[in-house]
Amino acid sequence: MIGPMLFEAMQALSSNRLRTFLTTLGMVIGVAAVIIMLAVGSGAQKSVQDSIASMGSNLFIVLAGSPSTSGVRGGGGSGSTLTLGDADAIAELPSVKAVAPQAFGNAQIVYGSYNTNTQVFGTTDDYLEVREWPLASGAMFGDSDVRSAGRVAVLGQTVAQTLFGPEDPVGRTIRINGSPYLVSGLLARKGQSLDGRDQDDTVLVPVTAAQRKLFGSRFHGTLRMIMVQSVSEDLMARTELEINALLNERHGIRAGQESDFTVRNLTAVAETAASTARIMSLLLGAIASISLVVGGIGIMNIMLVSVTERTREIGIRVAIGAQPRDVLLQFLLESILLALLGGLVGALIGVGGSLLVQHLAQIPILISTSAIVLAFVVSASVGVFFGWYPARKAARLEPIEALRYH
Amino acid sequence: MAGTSGDLIRVEGLAKDYVTAAGAFPALRGVDLRIDEREFVAIMGPSGSGKSTFMNLLGCLDSPTRGRYWLDGRDVAGLPTEQLARVRNQQLGFVFQGFNLLQRASVIDNVALPLVYAGVPRAERQARARVLIERVGLGRYADSLPSRISGGQQQRVAIARALVNRPRVILADEPTGNLDSHTTDEVMALFAELNREEGITLVLVTHESDVAEYARRVIRFHDGLVVEDRVQTPREPIEIGASA
Ligand SMILES: Nc1ncnc2c1ncn2[C@@H]1O[C@H](COP(=O)(O)OP(=O)(O)OP(=O)(O)O)[C@@H](O)[C@H]1O
Ligand SMILES: [Mg+2]
Repeated sequence: MIGPMLFEAMQALSSNRLRTFLTTLGMVIGVAAVIIMLAVGSGAQKSVQDSIASMGSNLFIVLAGSPSTSGVRGGGGSGSTLTLGDADAIAELPSVKAVAPQAFGNAQIVYGSYNTNTQVFGTTDDYLEVREWPLASGAMFGDSDVRSAGRVAVLGQTVAQTLFGPEDPVGRTIRINGSPYLVSGLLARKGQSLDGRDQDDTVLVPVTAAQRKLFGSRFHGTLRMIMVQSVSEDLMARTELEINALLNERHGIRAGQESDFTVRNLTAVAETAASTARIMSLLLGAIASISLVVGGIGIMNIMLVSVTERTREIGIRVAIGAQPRDVLLQFLLESILLALLGGLVGALIGVGGSLLVQHLAQIPILISTSAIVLAFVVSASVGVFFGWYPARKAARLEPIEALRYH
Repeated sequence: MAGTSGDLIRVEGLAKDYVTAAGAFPALRGVDLRIDEREFVAIMGPSGSGKSTFMNLLGCLDSPTRGRYWLDGRDVAGLPTEQLARVRNQQLGFVFQGFNLLQRASVIDNVALPLVYAGVPRAERQARARVLIERVGLGRYADSLPSRISGGQQQRVAIARALVNRPRVILADEPTGNLDSHTTDEVMALFAELNREEGITLVLVTHESDVAEYARRVIRFHDGLVVEDRVQTPREPIEIGASA
C-alpha cells in the first residue's frame, strides 16, 4: 500500500514544482539555520574548551594593583608592587604546587632578515609546568639562567615560524630589542587563549633577564603577575586565602585596608566562559528552531489548500474503496516528503553555509553528524505534526460531499 | 426474513431527508425495490425526483434517513465507514456522468486504482487492468493521461475501472449525460454486452429514452417515490468495436 502511495505523493509534488519549491523553502531555511547556528555555537564552545584545556588546571593569577583599580585588567600599572620575593614566598605555601612569576612586554625580535614584534614573557622554568605546556624541541632554560639573567630564549610556534620557517631554531641566536639571545627550546603548539589571542605568538626568557635587561626601565625588579598552581582542585579555596594572607603581611597591609594586589581564580573564569558559550550555543539553536516551526506552518498551509483543491479526487478515491486511513496516509506521506525534501536541501545548504561562515568570518565552526541527523528527525516530525491536521481533514471527508465538490 | 431471499439488491421504505437551511427536505420518501442478479435496470424521472439520491444510497456513498437496504443478503444500511468502503471496493462499481478519473494518473493506473485499495500486488493489478482496458477497446491508450483521450473513451476507462475488482453490480448515474449520440451508443453497447455476456447487474440512471431502451426493466421516479416499474424488450445494441 505504501509503495503506490509514495509514488503518488511524489507525482503530486512533482506536478507542481514551483509550489513544492516555495513550500519547502521555509523548511530549507529553517534546517539550514539550525545547522549553521549549531555549527557556530558548538564551534565557539569547542574553542573555549580547547582554550581552557590549554590554560593549565587549578590556576590563580596574582595581579599587581588593588581589585578596585581599573588598571587591574591590564595586569597592574606603573605602581606594580609584586616582586620575585613574593613569588618565592608563595611557592613556599603548603597548598601551592608551582609558581611562575611573569614580567612581560612587547619587543622586537630579529633573526637574519626576518623580524617580528611579539610579547616576551620573563618567567621561570616552572612556567611550563604551570601551563602544562610541553616543548617541541630543545630545552627550557634552568635555575642558573634565571639566577644569572642569562640571555636564553624559548620560542613559541608562531614566532619560530615567522623567523625560521620550517627550520629548527634551537641553537640559533636571535636578537630581542637589539641584544643577542640563544634559542634553547621550541614550545609545542598551544592554540588560542580564551580571549582569542594566539598563545604561540610568544617568546619566553628568564624573568631576571626581562626585568633587568629587556624592560629594565619599566619594571625595576617588579612583576606584572604571578601564576600560581594549587596542589589540587579541593585546595583552591585554601590557596586563595593563604596567598591573600601572605601578601598582605609581606606588603604591610592591615585588616580593613585595601590591598595592592588581586588574586583571581582562572579556573572559575574559565568555567564562566564555558557556560556562557554553552548558553549562547543553546540560544542560537533555539532561535533557529523558530524558523523550523515557521517552515512547518508553511507546509500545513499548503497541505490545507491541497486538500481543498483535491476534494473531488479524494471523493473518487473514497467512492472506489479507499479507507479513511488510506487517505490520511496519502496526505501525511506528502507532507512528510515535503518536509524531508526541505530538510535534505536545508542540510546541504546548512553545511555549505557553515563552511562559508567559517571561511568569511574566520570563526571556528563544528559541524556534527548528530546535528544533521537531528535536523532530519525534526523535519520528518514537522511533516507529521503539521501534516496531521490537513490529512485528517481529508480522511474525514464524506464521499458524497467530496464527489459533489467542484 | 426479507433480506435472506435471492435478490442482489433489496430496499424497504428507503428514505432520505436532506437537512437544509429551510429544514429537512425529503428527497426520497420511502422506496421498496428488489433487483435480481443479471438485471439491467434503467431509472428515469424528472430532474429533482430523487434518482441520484437513490443511486448514492445503493452505492453506499450516503446513508439513508430511514428504511433498510440489503446488498447480496447483507444488511448494509448501518455499517461503519470502514466496512462501507470495503463494500464499495469489493461489491460495487461506479460510473459517473463526469467520468471522475484521476487526471494525473495514466489510464492503466486509473483502472488499477480500486485494486490498490483492495491490497492486490502490483503485477496482478497491472495485468488485470490491462485485460479490462483491452476489453473496452482502449489497449493503445493504456499509458495515456485521461486528458489526452475523448469523452467517450474516458467513460470506457471509467467502466473498466468499475469492472476491475469484479463487482456484482455496476451503478451508473447518467453515464452518457456528457456524450454525443454516437459515443452514447458505443458506451451503451458495452454495457449491454457486459450485462448479457458476463451477467453483471446494471442499474443506470438516464434522462434519454433511447438510452433506457437498452434496459430490460425501466423504473420511473417522481417526487421521491417510484411511480412506474415495467419490463420491456431491450433494443439490439450496435456492433461494438466498429468505430473504436
Ligand atoms: N445535498 C443536498 N442537500 C439538499 N438538498 C439536496 C441535496 N442533494 C439533492 N437535494 C435535493 O433533493 C432532491 C432530489 O435530488 P436528486 O439529485 O436525487 O435528483 P435527481 O433525480 O438526480 O435529479 P437530476 O435528474 O437533475 O439529476 C432535489 O430537489 C435536490 O434539490
Ligand atoms: Mg441526478
